[in-house]
Amino acid sequence: MAASMASAGGGRRSALDEFKRAFTGLRRGETIAGYLFLAPNFIGFIIFLLFPICFAFLIMLTDWSLAKPPQFVGLENFETMVNDRLFWKSLGNSFYYTFVAVPTGIFIAFWLALALNRKMRGIIFFRTIYFLPQITLTVAAATIWRWIYQPEIGMINHMLDWFGIDGPKWIHDTQWAMPSVIIMSNWQGIGFAMLILLAGLQGIPEEYYEAASIDGASGWQRMRYVTLPMLTPALFFVVVTSLIGAFQSFDQFFVLTQGGPAHATTPLTLYIFQNAFTFFKMGYGAALASVVFVIILIITIVQWRLARRWVIGFEDNDD
Amino acid sequence: MANAIKLKDSFFGQKQVKLLTDLLVYVVLSIVGVIFIMPFAWMVANSFKDLRGIYKFPPEFIPETWHFENYTEAWTATHFDIGFLNSALVAAAVVLGQLITASLAGYSFARLRYPGRDKIFLLYISLMMVPFTVLLIPLYIQMRAFGWVSTLQAVIVPFLFTPWGTFMMRQFMVTIPRELEDAARIDGCGFFRTYWLIILPLTKPALATLAIFTFVNTWNSYQWPLIVLAKPKVKTLPLLLASFQNQSAMRTPWHLIMAASTFVVVPVLIAFVVGQKYYVRGIVTTGIKGGG
Repeated sequence: MAASMASAGGGRRSALDEFKRAFTGLRRGETIAGYLFLAPNFIGFIIFLLFPICFAFLIMLTDWSLAKPPQFVGLENFETMVNDRLFWKSLGNSFYYTFVAVPTGIFIAFWLALALNRKMRGIIFFRTIYFLPQITLTVAAATIWRWIYQPEIGMINHMLDWFGIDGPKWIHDTQWAMPSVIIMSNWQGIGFAMLILLAGLQGIPEEYYEAASIDGASGWQRMRYVTLPMLTPALFFVVVTSLIGAFQSFDQFFVLTQGGPAHATTPLTLYIFQNAFTFFKMGYGAALASVVFVIILIITIVQWRLARRWVIGFEDNDD
Repeated sequence: MANAIKLKDSFFGQKQVKLLTDLLVYVVLSIVGVIFIMPFAWMVANSFKDLRGIYKFPPEFIPETWHFENYTEAWTATHFDIGFLNSALVAAAVVLGQLITASLAGYSFARLRYPGRDKIFLLYISLMMVPFTVLLIPLYIQMRAFGWVSTLQAVIVPFLFTPWGTFMMRQFMVTIPRELEDAARIDGCGFFRTYWLIILPLTKPALATLAIFTFVNTWNSYQWPLIVLAKPKVKTLPLLLASFQNQSAMRTPWHLIMAASTFVVVPVLIAFVVGQKYYVRGIVTTGIKGGG
């Protein structure tokens, strides 16, 4: 891709010249067709993506309730943010959720993918089962789990009771609410990581294992020196997309816990929603959203930087 | 000693070890499988109980008597009929729209040469990663300005265009051999006829992937509809399901909520089982995930 772009962008003719040439002679038809085919998509792209992004940067500099015209306030929203206890709380919650849910989810998904990679009958059946929660709408999933978590009549505490364990109050307990959301999210989301890792495992050539066996490598050594290194690109991909996805999670918090109790499960996304659409503070909401944007950008950049150290063959496949 | 080793070898040869490990893996996979399927089973089982059965202690898994009327009761308890219609309409419009705009632009990016093409494509790729959280507020203000709040346009029109779908189409179309197209062009096909008769039929797998992804995502979408759809008449299923369980009652009617959850979830489950092949391939090749 990078190569095709370079060749098309090469040459030092002036843009205007090229533009004129594109509309004359044989290329005229292709140029017009090209723009026409792109037009419906590009118009939508400008109106519903490019413009809102630019607009967001303006909104965050205003005090805007929608009832009155916006007031330009400069960086005041960011000053408010620094002193806003709930902002820091929700930021902390977002990190708590992201950096617990993602590693535990990937860890479980990894072992499931290894198990599913064996040549056995019925693997597709299990794969389908593990993937079903992923396509279930989060609202319904959270609804089901809200009930499973009920302290008195819920399934989990009932099952814990069999073992004589007195279960916690789950989503109604400040300490247990976040773990509750994490368990539910992992139940729902593991299918995705599992599928990518499974595809990665299936891409490892059989010969590598044979060669390792001939050299006398034990099962553990084959895992350590063949499977893990060869799986790093898939792992990298799963880590980046999961971190980005987790940081933007909203539905499960909104339905399962409504951010409570006592803001214990209010992530940044929910705090933005509350500010913008409950209190109608559009400016402050947009300023908060810019934090999500920056953090996702940082997570992505850091991961790409770190990737050079642990992802095998990272330099070659930068598509 | 030597005998013992020999015995061990004959008992646990390569084949036996594999069999044993397979068995162990099956057991683990099944236990995990039960954990994954349990919430669904619990949902369906409880959708047939009555309120007394729901609050019974200790809870029972299989309902004592089967209350099929829960489904009709849940269906009429709120505007689920309108919700189904709205959800179906929105999903159909968005899927169709994305298929058209993404395949047209994908063809344009993959095959046609014109100034600025690669720059525009680069812009698409770089904005693909912008989190939706950032768009919520400006997009909402735009919807107000258009007068689209609480209309279905608000959940359809902004989503008729998809950068990642366009990207996927472009990547797929680039791999189609050029000779097929050249032959058609020599036979006098215009660009649109080439696209329609040659490119589109060859792009079917990618189109199926995009369609099924978009369907699941749109059907499940919650946050944006929650913001722009306030009036009951335009609400989609996830909104109705969420507000249904928040309606205050002395005792939460979990049996009805579970019945409602069941009929909201079933269409996506069917879509997934039917199109699993394309869905799985879509995830593996583009790594875009479904859900919120």
